[in-house]
Amino acid sequence: MLEFVIYKTIICVVIFAVSLGIAAYSTWWERKFAGLLQDRWGPSRAGWAGLLQPLADGGKMLFKEEIIPNVSNKFLFVLAPGLFIITAIVAGVLIPWAPPLKIGDTFYPLQIADVNVGVIFLLAVTSIGVYGVMIGGWSSNNKYSLLGAIRASAQMISYELAMGIALIALIISAGGTLSFSEIVKQQDEGVANIVWQPLGFLIFFVCALAETNRAPFDLAECETELVGGYHTEYSAFKLGLFLFAEYINMFVSSAVMAGFYFGGYNFPFAHEFYDKMGWQEGSWLISLTGFFIYFIKTLIFISVFMWIRWTIPRFRYDQLMNLGWKALLPLSLLNLVITMVYEYFRGNLQF
Amino acid sequence: MLGYTITQWLFGILSFLAIMFALMVVFSRNPVNSVLYLVLTFFCIAGHYLLLNAQFLAVVHIAVYAGAIMVLFLFVIMLMNLNQDNEPQKNIYSKLIAGVIGGLLLFVMVGALRGTDHLEMKRYGHPDIGLVKNLGQVLFHEYLFPFEIVSVLLLAALVGAIMLGKKELK
Repeated sequence: MLEFVIYKTIICVVIFAVSLGIAAYSTWWERKFAGLLQDRWGPSRAGWAGLLQPLADGGKMLFKEEIIPNVSNKFLFVLAPGLFIITAIVAGVLIPWAPPLKIGDTFYPLQIADVNVGVIFLLAVTSIGVYGVMIGGWSSNNKYSLLGAIRASAQMISYELAMGIALIALIISAGGTLSFSEIVKQQDEGVANIVWQPLGFLIFFVCALAETNRAPFDLAECETELVGGYHTEYSAFKLGLFLFAEYINMFVSSAVMAGFYFGGYNFPFAHEFYDKMGWQEGSWLISLTGFFIYFIKTLIFISVFMWIRWTIPRFRYDQLMNLGWKALLPLSLLNLVITMVYEYFRGNLQF
Repeated sequence: MLGYTITQWLFGILSFLAIMFALMVVFSRNPVNSVLYLVLTFFCIAGHYLLLNAQFLAVVHIAVYAGAIMVLFLFVIMLMNLNQDNEPQKNIYSKLIAGVIGGLLLFVMVGALRGTDHLEMKRYGHPDIGLVKNLGQVLFHEYLFPFEIVSVLLLAALVGAIMLGKKELK
């Protein structure tokens, strides 16, 4: 029992710290990347190549004057950023970061919680994430905030449907398991799910962009129409939490995509490689290699998110809704039907 | 701890919280607060499902009720009720009638539940029936027909909602 508590505590703390660190340095990388695409330097003053910039930004947010509007519901106003960042972090508990580690005679999975309804848990957590935005926008008592919150939540609800149906197709082709770790493990023969689910991945990727409120779907904070969107009235560290949660969301959804569709910690010819190196199953070297592979995949996805942000202009609101309901939802249903027919003829589905 | 197991403690705490939040739904003046308390009540009920080893039901309960239905409630309330915080007071007759009807309901419930503590609890099926694998097996083999009927019912409700939502009928 004590062993279990220690093991879980270590894993929770490490994954929490890594998530926050990655989210912080995503802000740095986003600016560097923007600089790269726009032919300028990006942050270069704080530390070598601007590496201390996230700390400087955090310090700035912390020491700024905090203004709480007089007329708003104060408790909910303070609660909203916290709620938003908690739901962003909670989705990360499902991710199996590396192959199980063997200490003594027991295998320790390097994952906080192996929920056997993991995929549905993920959908539930993303749908709970709407509350932070809605409560924040409403309790600000500001028209722009409210409109921003309503836009953001309408967008999140609309894109959740297509996302869910794309995930059902994934579950069917992954052999009918809802557990995240089993979906990743099932890809260890070197064939990632992207091979069976190219259309499903495309739908999931667009939905992930919309769910994280990133460009080109960042209408919730469209400056030209809504000032600052749902966080117009927020200042200092509460604003910082809202902005920070966006980066955590991006990190988690990148990791989810890498795990669901690109094999997670697996890579082609992994078993041959491990055999050649003479590493036993459960060795820490295998866990470490797997972790690095997964991490690199995740970082590539984060970079793709940023690449899209600095390349594609923002959608109009009606275009966004049309894309969600009239293009992505029928496409995901089509993908589901194709997957079912294909798997039926492969003999994996029985009626 | 005082002769109770951890499960019993959790059951007690969750039940207390669920009832308290349910009461807060009724008693809070601001409709937005009511909706948020209702969401908390749903979370407590999902906790009860977890205690019954029904993980699938718990997560679906959160995804559907807290994540979808209550968000729509919140939407409507935020849009309808932007300026006034309080509902207008009802007159004394409707309060009286509501009190009488509520009291009668309580009377019926107490009467129905009196003496049930001698009844034996029976466990149907095996204890892992709530896991998604077993639930799917049962749902799609033994109860396939009722399941399909329910989905047709939902489809009918969906079509009905679209018909009502249309502004003009051709």
